[in-house]
Amino acid sequence: MIQLTRRYRFPAAHVLAQPSFSAEQNRAIYGKCANPAGHGHNYGIEVTVIGPLDPESGRIIDPDQLDAIFESRIAARFAHRSLNADPAFARRVPTAENLAQVIHSELAPAIEGAGTARLARVRVVETRRNSFVYGEME
Amino acid sequence: MGCDLVRLTRAIEFSSSLRYARPELSAEQNARLFGRRASQHGHNYRLEVTLRGEPDPVTGMVIDLKHLQELLEREIMARFDHRDLNRDTDFFEKEPPTPENFGRVIERLLLAALPAGSLDRIRLQQDEDLWVDLIEPLP
Repeated sequence: MIQLTRRYRFPAAHVLAQPSFSAEQNRAIYGKCANPAGHGHNYGIEVTVIGPLDPESGRIIDPDQLDAIFESRIAARFAHRSLNADPAFARRVPTAENLAQVIHSELAPAIEGAGTARLARVRVVETRRNSFVYGEME
Repeated sequence: MGCDLVRLTRAIEFSSSLRYARPELSAEQNARLFGRRASQHGHNYRLEVTLRGEPDPVTGMVIDLKHLQELLEREIMARFDHRDLNRDTDFFEKEPPTPENFGRVIERLLLAALPAGSLDRIRLQQDEDLWVDLIEPLP
């Protein structure tokens, strides 16, 4: 079985706070990540696709096409922005877990619509010490 | 083999030049199909080879890493390091050296050279931002 992974990066800000909780409760749950003014990360996003090799191009997916999908669906929306301002996080706390699920749900239909490849999983590398993966593992 | 399986990974790095081309197409058609990758370019590849097995009860090793390194030197480094994938090998006469195709060539070479059933997976990184994983099914 063959899988292709492409890594992207974007910087973004967020505040981890559940709006229905008090400031004290949020500080207790999220610690310094609940700082109301926010903080940010250089997010690394690893996008893994699977599928048959196109006999002409010898590829699972054209990486330029994958780049264009990521740019229009994800980077244009989240890079150099506050994740909290995005409608996807109006009711969800912008944790890396939720970010991985949001990115997966945005990319999956676009990748399937582009050809014969299918999105397997999305890994969000929030810092060098934290990463989160959502989707099929192997 | 079952619960006592151990996986070990050895990495090598090599540098190769390449261009994407199909022999039946003209230069213009190849440029249209493959874009900038139809031009001669190069990569610093990183290959991670993962083997699986039960440690030998006496040596405690799945495979002698010295032997694995010699095998990787012979099968991979000697063929591809500081070589041109199109001109110095005959693997890409009919298909372009995409990471997918190159990964399948390396997988074939290693399956033929390694003890049967020992290859678990390979990861071929073309650069820090693009790689393929080829995973062998368990028996």
